[in-house]
Amino acid sequence: MNTKRLEVFLPLIGVAGLVAIWSGATFLKLVDPVLLPSPASTFDAFWKGMDGRLGFDFAKTVYRTAMATVIAAVIAIPLGIVLGASERVYRSLEFVIDFFRSTPASAMFPLFLVLFGVGDETKISVAAFGAILVILFNVAYGVMNARKTRLLAAKVMGASRLRVLFDVMLLESLPQTFVGLRNGVSLALVIIVVAEMFIGSQDGLGHSVFEAQQLFDMPRMYAAIFAAGALGYGLNLLFLLIERRFVHWSGK
Amino acid sequence: MTVAQHALRPDPSGVPSTAPGVGFSKRPHVTIRGLSKRFDTAVIYDNFDLDIPRGELISVFGPNGCGKSTLINMIAGLIPVDAGEILFDGMRLDEIKFGYVFQNYREALFPWMRAFDNIAYPLKMMNVPAAERKARTEKLVAHLGVKIDLNLYPYKMSGGQQQLVSIMRALVVEPEILFLDEPFSALDYEMTLFMRDQLQKLFMESGTTMVLVSHDLEEAVYLADRVLLLSRHPARVADFKVVRSARPRTDATLSDADFVQTKAHCLDVFQREVRRA
Repeated sequence: MNTKRLEVFLPLIGVAGLVAIWSGATFLKLVDPVLLPSPASTFDAFWKGMDGRLGFDFAKTVYRTAMATVIAAVIAIPLGIVLGASERVYRSLEFVIDFFRSTPASAMFPLFLVLFGVGDETKISVAAFGAILVILFNVAYGVMNARKTRLLAAKVMGASRLRVLFDVMLLESLPQTFVGLRNGVSLALVIIVVAEMFIGSQDGLGHSVFEAQQLFDMPRMYAAIFAAGALGYGLNLLFLLIERRFVHWSGK
Repeated sequence: MTVAQHALRPDPSGVPSTAPGVGFSKRPHVTIRGLSKRFDTAVIYDNFDLDIPRGELISVFGPNGCGKSTLINMIAGLIPVDAGEILFDGMRLDEIKFGYVFQNYREALFPWMRAFDNIAYPLKMMNVPAAERKARTEKLVAHLGVKIDLNLYPYKMSGGQQQLVSIMRALVVEPEILFLDEPFSALDYEMTLFMRDQLQKLFMESGTTMVLVSHDLEEAVYLADRVLLLSRHPARVADFKVVRSARPRTDATLSDADFVQTKAHCLDVFQREVRRA
């Protein structure tokens, strides 16, 4: 009974272990302190930074990632349903989708720079481009792989084609749609952070990491990396929680 | 063989007659004439005729791949026929109310709806107002004396409970005919025995014509008023055997002399058809 209750804290062991090794390494000066600052100074930089400049950069990155994901979802979900509802339409576009899905979105930066300039639009649209293809692919797949028995059951009960689409296919595709959304938001974050590093950026977590590195302000650089990690983890968790709330039957 | 011959006999008038003594006590419910179906090169049905009597439970039994499920799927409109006519009291499928129970209840139920809403869903398709849907579903549940928490989602229920929900969903429209495609073959033995008796109870209470596909001879005979024995494809009626055992049938029925004899007869016909290949 007692051990069961303590099992909740198991994940903390890994965190404690990492911090312990890190502290040991800096305390014993196993690594050049310029390259690896102590956990305390990193945490200090994180704490103070989130209250100021780092917090601002964090918010910028959240905004861009969210915009890219929302735009991608709004375009990709309806399109994915249309594609998935007709296997012929999907098969005829499968190669094109698969090709661009496999193309590194970062390879599109120069093109989007020409199209949209150096502002937020470029970063958001490249990230949205990457996320669209991932979400589209998953939604179409989810719709196409709707359980045949369930579609037949609806048909046998007198559901029209449109009804089957909205009452069954759409709901059937939701678990796979969320897989797409989670992958999509992760990819959007990756692209946004990279874009913030290189395309004449003034802010954002990518810019923060890059700038700190240029100034050799290592605690600040590690703090920005942790902020990016926390953001990625948080976004994934957020989508998982939304999924568990609204797609309670997923995997059952 | 007289019954089988009767079932096979084409009726020139189109209205099947009732031959006293060997035929049905009432007018047939379903008349199948000239049914043909092929999958690629395999001819499953070729000019197949059959009358299904009203208010009886018919078990369909036959060799593997002979087209048992294909038959009820064609009658229920799940797969198209190549040729032939299937009428219900002279009406087409889209003019009647019917229910269908799938073998795979896990995939047939809607996991995003609570069991109660699953049962009420066909009424929604018939544009029944929400309040009446609720009332009719509650009435059915009360009538059947079902003691399951219908506020649960299907995936929180046992297999037997899920299949019971499936059957209720098929019954809620008060169908004229109910099709069941191996409804218990995904359940464990204990649950199968329980569900057989549940189905018998439902049948006795509703008097709905039921067509059940089974791969278990004992189950087929136990539940049926008549066992439709099919040959290998192209399927013919090998026999349409009346089961005389009184209802409600119980465990004692299984060792009843009449029942044992009927089952042995069906097994004989089945073996003969299997060996014919």
